[in-house]
Amino acid sequence: MGLALLALIWLITFVSTYFFVAKTWWFPVGASASAAWIDHQFAVTFILMGIVFVAAQGALGLFVWQYRDRGATQPVHYSHGNAKLEIIWTVLTAVLFIGLNLMGSRVWATERFDPPEVGAVPVEATGLQFAWYFRYPGPDGKYGRTKAELEDASAGGESAVGLDPSDAASKDDIVSGTMYIPVNREVDLALRAQDVIHSLFIPSMRFKQDAVPGLIIHMHFKPIQTGDYEIACAELCGLGHYKMHGMLKVVSQEEFDKWLASKEAEKQ
Amino acid sequence: MASTEIIHAHAAPQGFIRKYIFSLDHKVIGLQYYFLALIAVFVGMGLSLLMRIHLIWPNANLPIFGAIKPETYLMFLTMHGTIMVFFVLTTAPQGGFGNYFLPIQIGAPDMAFPTLNMLSFWTTFVAFVVLVAAFFVGAPLHGWTGYAPLSAVPSAGPGEGLGADLWITSIAIFCAASLMGALNFITTVLDMRAKGMTMMRMPLTCWAWFITAILGLLAFGVLLAAGILLLMDRNLGTSFFVPGGLNFTGQTSFPTGGFSSSTDLIKHNGGSPLLWQHLFWFFGHPEVYIAILPGMGVASQLLSTFSRKPIFGYRAMVYAMLGIGILGFVVWGHHMFMSGMSPYTAFAFSIMTMAIGVPSAIKTFNWLGTLYQGRVRFHTPMLFAIGFVSLFVSGGLSGPFLAQPVLDIPLHDTYFVVGHFHLIMGVAAIFGIFAATYYWFPKMFGRMMSEGLGRWHFFLTLLGTYAIFMPMHYLGLAGQTRRYSEFTQVAYQTKLIPLQTFITYAAIVTISAQFIFLFNLFWSMAKGKKATDNPWEATTLEWTTATPPPHDNFGGRTPVVSHGPYEYSVPGAARDFVMQNDPATTPAH
Ligand code: HEM
Ligand SMILES: [Cu+2]
Ligand SMILES: [Cu+2]
Repeated sequence: MGLALLALIWLITFVSTYFFVAKTWWFPVGASASAAWIDHQFAVTFILMGIVFVAAQGALGLFVWQYRDRGATQPVHYSHGNAKLEIIWTVLTAVLFIGLNLMGSRVWATERFDPPEVGAVPVEATGLQFAWYFRYPGPDGKYGRTKAELEDASAGGESAVGLDPSDAASKDDIVSGTMYIPVNREVDLALRAQDVIHSLFIPSMRFKQDAVPGLIIHMHFKPIQTGDYEIACAELCGLGHYKMHGMLKVVSQEEFDKWLASKEAEKQ
Repeated sequence: MASTEIIHAHAAPQGFIRKYIFSLDHKVIGLQYYFLALIAVFVGMGLSLLMRIHLIWPNANLPIFGAIKPETYLMFLTMHGTIMVFFVLTTAPQGGFGNYFLPIQIGAPDMAFPTLNMLSFWTTFVAFVVLVAAFFVGAPLHGWTGYAPLSAVPSAGPGEGLGADLWITSIAIFCAASLMGALNFITTVLDMRAKGMTMMRMPLTCWAWFITAILGLLAFGVLLAAGILLLMDRNLGTSFFVPGGLNFTGQTSFPTGGFSSSTDLIKHNGGSPLLWQHLFWFFGHPEVYIAILPGMGVASQLLSTFSRKPIFGYRAMVYAMLGIGILGFVVWGHHMFMSGMSPYTAFAFSIMTMAIGVPSAIKTFNWLGTLYQGRVRFHTPMLFAIGFVSLFVSGGLSGPFLAQPVLDIPLHDTYFVVGHFHLIMGVAAIFGIFAATYYWFPKMFGRMMSEGLGRWHFFLTLLGTYAIFMPMHYLGLAGQTRRYSEFTQVAYQTKLIPLQTFITYAAIVTISAQFIFLFNLFWSMAKGKKATDNPWEATTLEWTTATPPPHDNFGGRTPVVSHGPYEYSVPGAARDFVMQNDPATTPAH
């Protein structure tokens, strides 16, 4: 029985670790400025926790086999513990855990404490059951007024986010179901939700943030690679949660300008 | 302690109803809790099976259920989570085993307040009935966390009407029941210990039940208040959790929902959705310790007993549990890193969460230290205790990932989290319940459970649960969001379906294996080998009394305790264990 246990525990440990190390299923390639930092912090955490995982499971399997009952003559070490050992491993784990945490905190600070860079591209993302809409303030740089009573999801576009045409600032606002942004420029993102909580999740950008009704949450990130990236909703928002997805298109500055101009032209 | 005799002078009741239904005997009440949890766990498990099947074959026409709609998936999800957390993990370890064995282990004839004890069980039972009733009117789809405004506005989706009201009511009733239970446990530990049973001689199971009760007392009160506020938002027009300007127009554009509403502007103003999350997780995080602490106690008790060795670092174990209990109240914000809460606050919660990893690690070290140089006997209860340690390690080590806000950015609300909490809170705690069942069954029913079936059950379940929940971590890394009823809509997620399919097959096997346990349980009650009073050669007081114990637990005797709870292989002693009530002259520390 001891041997069977040892085999089972070691097998589980080996197989679990194998698929992590082989990266058979893994993060998508990072395409934002902070992705490398986040992935690095993940790697450090992963190596340290991996060592603890293998060591602890390995010892568990080994001990139950090595100290299996072999009859009354087998000596048992009568001991109530060892205060020195307790102190050593308490201090070690405390240093390990808190140290890891402090290492990661720099990245968190640049992600969430700092304001967006000057010249960042302003985009507003609105979540509603069950779609994402993205708004660009247009040449005036100002978002026009929106009103809850004007919202009409079935009409889509500007009506979906309740844009109020009577406000001058809204005349040049562009609303799109796809998120376009230029590469290598920071996005100054304002998140809003019209009904329940949604969460804008862009795995390749290592970006996630809840959109909360009643709050306008400002975030920023910087794509460094052009391409199409999928957006998913990460907060349970109702029966259509699983199909609340969208697309982020990171394009060159020229393409972005062209796209915006064509949208403005469409609107006039 | 002198007053115990007077309080508990009630005679053994006669008649079926007083004896088995409205019983005041903590042992009967313990069994009632246990069987309630047993029914609940099979319902919860059945739902998880339906969920796993739907995830892989979303259009399948199932017998009885027909085709499962997206909202039906979410209703199953809500019920599965709620039933598992409240009616299994809070009910069996504490209400079940705690009730049955806490008084016996500390040498008391009953709980401090037998009537309150009975009331607390029947209140829990009513809560369960109310929850099940939600099924019949359409259960809510907001998940076990019930985030507002989804849970606060009836037009937010199907099931958010009467179903949601019943769901909240059920939880509120459950809170009230748990508060009664908590008071009873705390008083019993403080007031009813036998002569010589000092706090530091209590078995670690009793420490675990004691600390769990304190957590329950502080946590359930807050959830009760939150639930009442939510009910008021829903029914009395208050706005605690609902801000102004919400408009539910979305469903109209959703074709297959079977639910539609025209423009539905909500007349609320000034509420905060984050307030619900703070209140919920102020309860919710301690709740996960409420679920796991009794399991830790059982694992400690069993590892020592079956290694024939004193527990390594008894004091450290007690302090670690106290540390977990205290820190458990200041980490709730780690569930809210992506919620829009201040990022500075996130930082503080994150440090606290890493700190709580330390006592958890201490416990693991001490369990390994207990096995080291012991003489390990592989009875089924011990197998599950060893499995508990393995699962606790696996589930625990994904914690430090989620505790770092930066890493929570890609991981939050993905299957990584589903894998994490199932391993540590779900399966580890369930292993604690299994271990306790196999261990105490002889005392409760006077017969032994089958070891052969027990082994099959253990090996299939350990392998099976790892096969289900370990791959979920990989899915999470790859960006698989949780609470999705299908994986067909997002292109990168469709690539993960083969692994999802593997998980579903693993779930089918693992769930089937649970019927081995069910069979073993009932078969052994009738046909199992007769048990002696102390079949495991253990030291704590429940093994000093008759099997099953008489109405007053010790048949008129009052035990006197002279030893610590884990005196195994004491040099110079006649046997390899010294019972807690052996005369003080027996060599031991
Ligand atoms: C046979 C074993 C089990 C299986 C196959 C299983 C499966 C699942 C599945 C498929 C989900 C939904 C994931 C999603 O859509 O995001 C889920 C959620 C959940 N499960 Fe389990 N589960 C099992 C046992 C347990 C146990 C023992 C617990 C006890 C704590 C538990 C607690 C939960 C909770 C709290 C949720 C979250 C519900 C929510 O998101 O609101 N499960 N489980
Ligand atoms: Cu969603
Ligand atoms: Cu928590």
